[in-house]
Amino acid sequence: MSSTHTSFYQETHTVFGHHDNKFLQWIFSIDHKRIAIMYGIVMFSFFGIAVLIALSMRLELFYPGQQIMGPQTYNEAFTLHGIIMIFIFIVPGIPATLGNFLLPLQIGARDVSFPRLNLLSFWVFVLGIIAVLTSLFWNGNAPDTGWTFYAPYSTKTGSNIVMALTGAYLLGLASILTGINFIATTHRLRAPGMGFFKMPLFVWGLYATSWIQVLATPIVGITLVLVILERVFGVGVFDPTKGGDPVLLENLFWMYSHPAVYLMILPAFGIASEIIPTFCRKPIFGYRAIAISSSMIAFIGYLVWGHHMFTSGESNTVALVFSVLTFLVAVPTSIKFFDWIATMYKASIVFDTPMLWTLGTFITFIIGGMTGLILGAVGVDVYFHDTYFVVAHFHYAILGGVVFLMFAGMHYWFPKVTGKMYNELHGKIAFYIIFVGFNTLWFPMFVAGALGMPRRYFDYLPQFTIYHQIATVGSWIFAFGLIYMFVNLYKGIRKGKPAGPNPWNATTLEWQIPSPPQAENFGTIPYVDFMPYEYIKGEPVHHMDLSVDESKKGAHHE
Amino acid sequence: MSDVKTYEPEIIFDKQGNPHEVVDWDHDYEGAKLGFWIFLLTEMMIFGSLFLVYTFYSYQHGAQFSAASIHMNRLLGGINTFILLISTLTMGLSLANLRNGHVAVCKKYIWATIILATLFLAIKYTEWTLEIGEGFYPGSPSADLAALGHGGKLFFGLYFTMTGLHGVHIIVGIGVMLWLLSLINRGKITPENFVVLENTALYWDFVHIVWIFVFPIFYLIY
Ligand code: HEM
Ligand SMILES: [Cu+2]
Repeated sequence: MSSTHTSFYQETHTVFGHHDNKFLQWIFSIDHKRIAIMYGIVMFSFFGIAVLIALSMRLELFYPGQQIMGPQTYNEAFTLHGIIMIFIFIVPGIPATLGNFLLPLQIGARDVSFPRLNLLSFWVFVLGIIAVLTSLFWNGNAPDTGWTFYAPYSTKTGSNIVMALTGAYLLGLASILTGINFIATTHRLRAPGMGFFKMPLFVWGLYATSWIQVLATPIVGITLVLVILERVFGVGVFDPTKGGDPVLLENLFWMYSHPAVYLMILPAFGIASEIIPTFCRKPIFGYRAIAISSSMIAFIGYLVWGHHMFTSGESNTVALVFSVLTFLVAVPTSIKFFDWIATMYKASIVFDTPMLWTLGTFITFIIGGMTGLILGAVGVDVYFHDTYFVVAHFHYAILGGVVFLMFAGMHYWFPKVTGKMYNELHGKIAFYIIFVGFNTLWFPMFVAGALGMPRRYFDYLPQFTIYHQIATVGSWIFAFGLIYMFVNLYKGIRKGKPAGPNPWNATTLEWQIPSPPQAENFGTIPYVDFMPYEYIKGEPVHHMDLSVDESKKGAHHE
Repeated sequence: MSDVKTYEPEIIFDKQGNPHEVVDWDHDYEGAKLGFWIFLLTEMMIFGSLFLVYTFYSYQHGAQFSAASIHMNRLLGGINTFILLISTLTMGLSLANLRNGHVAVCKKYIWATIILATLFLAIKYTEWTLEIGEGFYPGSPSADLAALGHGGKLFFGLYFTMTGLHGVHIIVGIGVMLWLLSLINRGKITPENFVVLENTALYWDFVHIVWIFVFPIFYLIY
C-alpha cells in the first residue's frame, strides 16, 4: 500500500462539528469505529471489576463457613457480578464493540444508518451504568436479589432495587437503539450488488441479533418498569396480597431473557464463521445453511422461555411442550457446527491465535450446550434446578462460548483496529492458560451441582469442599491468563509490527482498506458481485484497494 | 429556497458498465422511515406486554374488572378520545400542507396539535384527581376499593400504569412537536425534506391507536 492515508484516529466527525480537544473528539464522535472503541473500553473495565468480585466470591467459598464476607455481602456480590456481566458486559457485548466497528466495513458502507443515534445509545449506556453504580452507594444496601429481580423478594427487600432497575432499563434501551440502527443499516447501506446472501456471516449474526434486541428487550424493559411501579406505588401486578402473580414476572422476564442468550451467542457464531474460512483458506461450507440457521435460532429462541420455570408450578403439559421446543434449538445450532467442521475437513488449517480460540471454544461451548439439553429435560431439571450444575452450564455457554469467541474476534480484528500485530506466541500461551484455568474453574461445579450443591449460597456442607477448592484455584489460573492476554494485546498496541491491510489473507471487504481504516472507511465503494469467502487453491480471489476514490485518482497527487 | 444544497448521489458501475446508486446514510429517506417503523415495533412490544398482562388478569377476575369499570368517568374519557382523534387529523394536515409547500399553515396545524394534546393531558389530570379523591388508587386504604376485591385493585393498578405510560407518550410527543417547530424555523424541515415530520405524524398515529385500545378495555367493559 503506497498511498498514505489519515486514519480515523487522526480525523473524525462529531455531533457538534469540529473540536480541538482530543477528549471531546472522542466522546462526541459519530464515527462508528470510535463509538465501538469507547464501548469496548467501558465494557472491559467493568468486565474486570466483575471478575474481581467473582474472585472474591470464590475466595469466600474456599473453605466452608465464613471467610472474608458475610451472607448479605455475598448476596450483594453475586447480584452485582450478575448485573455487570449480563447487562453491562455481555448484552451490549459483541454487537456494540466488534459489531459497531465492523458492520459498516463488512457491507461496504461509510457509517451506520443513524450515526447520531449510535452515539446517543452509547451515552444512554453510560447513564445506565451510572444508575447501577448509584444503587450501590445510595443510602441503603446494594441490591441483593440476583440479576433476575424475581418478585416478591425484589418488591419487598430493603435494598436499592429501583435505582438498579432504572439502570438495567437504560442499558436495555441502549441495546434497542443499537438494534434499530443495525437493522436499518443492513437493509439500506449494503454496497450495490451485495444481496442478503452475499453478506459476510458475521453480518448475518448481527442482523438476527438485532431483531432479538428490538423485539425482546422492550418486554423486559416494561417488566422492569412494572417492578419499579410495584415498589413505588404498590400497583399490585406481582403482589399476591393484591391478587397479583409473582410467577407472571418470571414469565415476562424469561420471554426476554431466554432469547437474550441467543442475542449473545449469535454474533459470536458469526465470528467463528469469519475466522474458520480465513484460517482454512477455503470457502465456507454451507453458507446459506449457516445464514438461515441464525434466523431459525432467533425464532425458536422465543418459544422456549418456560424451561426456566419447570419448578415454578407449570402444568406438566406446558413443561413438556417447553422441553421439546428447547431440544429443537439444538437443530439449527448443530447445522452450524457441522458446516464449520465440513469447512475444516481436508483443509490446511493455520493455527494462529484466532483459530486456536475458535477451536477451543467449540469444546467449551459444546459442553455448555449439551448440559443445556440435560437441563432442558424436565425430569432432570427438577433435580438440577438452582444447583451449581446450572451455574457451570451457563458459564460454559456464556463465558466459554460467547466471551471466548469474542476474544477470538479481538485477536482476529486486532490488526484492523490498531494497525499493529500482537505477539502470536504470547497470544497462544494466553489461550492455553485461560483454557486450562477455565476448565479447572468450572468443571468441578458440574459434579458438585449434580451431588446437590445449591447455588447462591455463601456457605456449604463439608463434603463439597474439594470441588470449591479446585474451582478457586482454577479461578486464579483463569484470572492470570486474562491478565497475560490483555498485557500481550496492550504490548501489541504499543510496540507491535505494522500489520498492513490484510495480514490474514482474508476475503471480506474490511480487509481491502488500510488498517486502521480512514474516517469514512472507503474511498471507492465496490460493486459486490462475489461471495464473501472466495478462495481458489488457498488464495483469495479478490485483491482490491478501496482506500482511495478511484474517480478522483490522479486529480491531485501529493 | 435557493440555499438548499442539492444532493448528488454517488454512482458506481459494475463489470457490465451499468450504473448503481450508492445509498448514503445522510440522505436516506427510506432508511429513516424504516428505522422509525422498527422503533414503533418496540413500542408495540411494550404496550403489547401490558395488554397481555391486562388480558391475563381480566380473565382471572372478569366480574370484578367490570365492577371496577363502573367507577370510570366515561364522559371525560370519551371527550379525550374525541380530542385525540381530532389531533391526529390536525397532525396529518400539517404534513399535507408542508408537502404542498404551505409552511406557515403547516406550523399552525402543529400548534393546534400541541394545544389539543395539552388539553388531553389536562382532562386526564382532572380524571386522575377525581379517581384518587374517591380512593381508587394503588395502595389506597379506601373501603370502596377493598369491596372491589383483588380484581378491583389490579384493575386500578393497571389503569394508572397504562394511562400513565400513555400520558408519558403524549408529553414526549408535545416535546417533539416543539422541536419540529424549531427545525422548521431553522430550515431543517422543508417541503422537500420532511421525513422527521412524517415520522412524528406516524408516532402520533401510534399514540392515538394505543388509546383506541386502552379506552374500551377500561371504560367500556361493564
Ligand atoms: C472469572 C470469571 C468468572 C467467575 C470466577 C465467576 C464466578 C461466579 C460465581 C462464584 C457465581 C455465583 C454462583 C452462585 O452462588 O450461584 C457467579 C454467578 C454468575 N455469573 Fe459468573 N463468574 C465469572 C464470569 C462470568 C461471566 C463472563 C458472566 C457472563 C457474561 C457471568 C455471569 C454470571 C451470572 C449471570 C451469575 C448469576 C448471578 C446471580 O445468581 O444472580 N460470570 N459467577
Ligand atoms: Cu433459557
